[in-house]
Amino acid sequence: MLVRQARTLWEKEYVQFLAPMARQLLDSLRDLAPIVLVIAFFQIVVLRQPFPDLGNVAIGMVSVLVGLGLFIKGLESGLFPLGESLARGFASKGNLLALLAFSFCLGFGTTVAEPALIAIAGEAADVAAEAGTIDDTDSARGSYAMTLRLVVAVAVGIAIVVGVLRILKGWPVHWLIIGGYVLVTLMTLLAPEEIIGVAYDSGGVTTSTITVPLVTALGVGLAMSIRSRNPMVDGFGLIAFASLTPMICVLGYGMVA
Amino acid sequence: MELLNTLGSTFRDVLPIAAILIFFQVAVLRRRPPNLRRIIGGFALVLVGLALFLIGLEQALFPIGETMAQQLTAPERVGLGGAGGEVDWRNYWLVYVFAAAIGFATTVAEPALIAVALKAEEVSGGSIKSWGLRLAVAVGVAVGVSLGCFRIVTGTPLPWYIIGAYVIVIVQTFRSARTIVPLAYDSGGVTTSTVTVPVVAALGLGLAGSIPGRSPLIDGFGLIAFASVFPIMSVLAYAMAASWWVERRGQAPSSKNTSRGG
Repeated sequence: MLVRQARTLWEKEYVQFLAPMARQLLDSLRDLAPIVLVIAFFQIVVLRQPFPDLGNVAIGMVSVLVGLGLFIKGLESGLFPLGESLARGFASKGNLLALLAFSFCLGFGTTVAEPALIAIAGEAADVAAEAGTIDDTDSARGSYAMTLRLVVAVAVGIAIVVGVLRILKGWPVHWLIIGGYVLVTLMTLLAPEEIIGVAYDSGGVTTSTITVPLVTALGVGLAMSIRSRNPMVDGFGLIAFASLTPMICVLGYGMVA
Repeated sequence: MELLNTLGSTFRDVLPIAAILIFFQVAVLRRRPPNLRRIIGGFALVLVGLALFLIGLEQALFPIGETMAQQLTAPERVGLGGAGGEVDWRNYWLVYVFAAAIGFATTVAEPALIAVALKAEEVSGGSIKSWGLRLAVAVGVAVGVSLGCFRIVTGTPLPWYIIGAYVIVIVQTFRSARTIVPLAYDSGGVTTSTVTVPVVAALGLGLAGSIPGRSPLIDGFGLIAFASVFPIMSVLAYAMAASWWVERRGQAPSSKNTSRGG
């Protein structure tokens, strides 16, 4: 009797906790296998070099595995529900202005401190100094980089605002995106050459790993709380705007500065 | 020690987001979200998980990946032995292969893409498979980064490629199902994050620095742009191929399928 009880308890624990955990770990292993294989192949077969510091690499990989597992667990219990509850909260409150203010803050606030953006803004300042657009001094480069970061952050703020408005109004996403592409093309013709690479890359670096799940859940949650919207058609697309508007704004900045 | 450092910087990155969330939750919505404790716990898991993930990558893979990018693009490797040697883009084939392989591999491990793919599978009721979407995106990044390296080697203007890619995306948009288009556009933006950017940036800088006449500052840019546009194309192409396949196979037993699906 006791044994059976213990066994059912074990099975319950196993099913509820250990099995998903093990599955998660296997999934993470599958996600990381390609990187390890590619690097090992090029290191050993192509470059014919030994793998440096194998112990360190192994410890690092375990940390990556556990980290990815925890991240996904936290995604499902933390970031997704939070984004959805915010969407429901704003929808039931019906205050459009508050929702748009929140959207702008979310886009601006998450971008301005983004490490990838800080790095690329610094490099862009070096390019501008080399091209002679700005003085080759630390203060000139610093203020150029800071302005660039603010421009990109405002651009992402605008992107989320436009994206949320679009979900509410049900505008089709592709017309806005294609319009953006046309604008980027036209501005490319007019902008100084050295800003173009920076501008094109700035679109890709703005969306961080914590912002993406939050913004995605917000968009899908909004689309779900409005009856005539389809979450697939209307819920996605916020990230797309956030990668397009920085290109337009940085090109514009290059034309003005 | 390093753990604390990375945890600290991850925490600092999240601080503005947390401040905005708390402000709007408390001052505007004035309502406690349900399961508040669970959400906070989840947030903490995300932070710790991301910090561990980054530390591990920095310990184990980034140094090797970056050295590898430099070694593969080194002038001696690609037959530029003497000074002033003419650059032949064919000598760089190994770089294109490495670019494609590493672009694919880093994208598969990208946490932000995992998040969007999970959400897409959930919202589409399972008709979009998270793993399939991620593979499609990874193939797009592979092609994009590889082509981006070719552009750096040949020194052809970046706008030709990106605007050309836009034209293809626009044509595909009008031939794809309405439900996949927004997701495809989104997948362009999420590919270049924590894992892909450092390795791909090192590749671009190494390549631009090793080729005579290219400046790492000016020609090193652009790879991220490639990695953000090409996944849109590959996801749309994957969706078009999938629906074409279903249509073709579904000719005979279509009545059975639709009755079950409806």
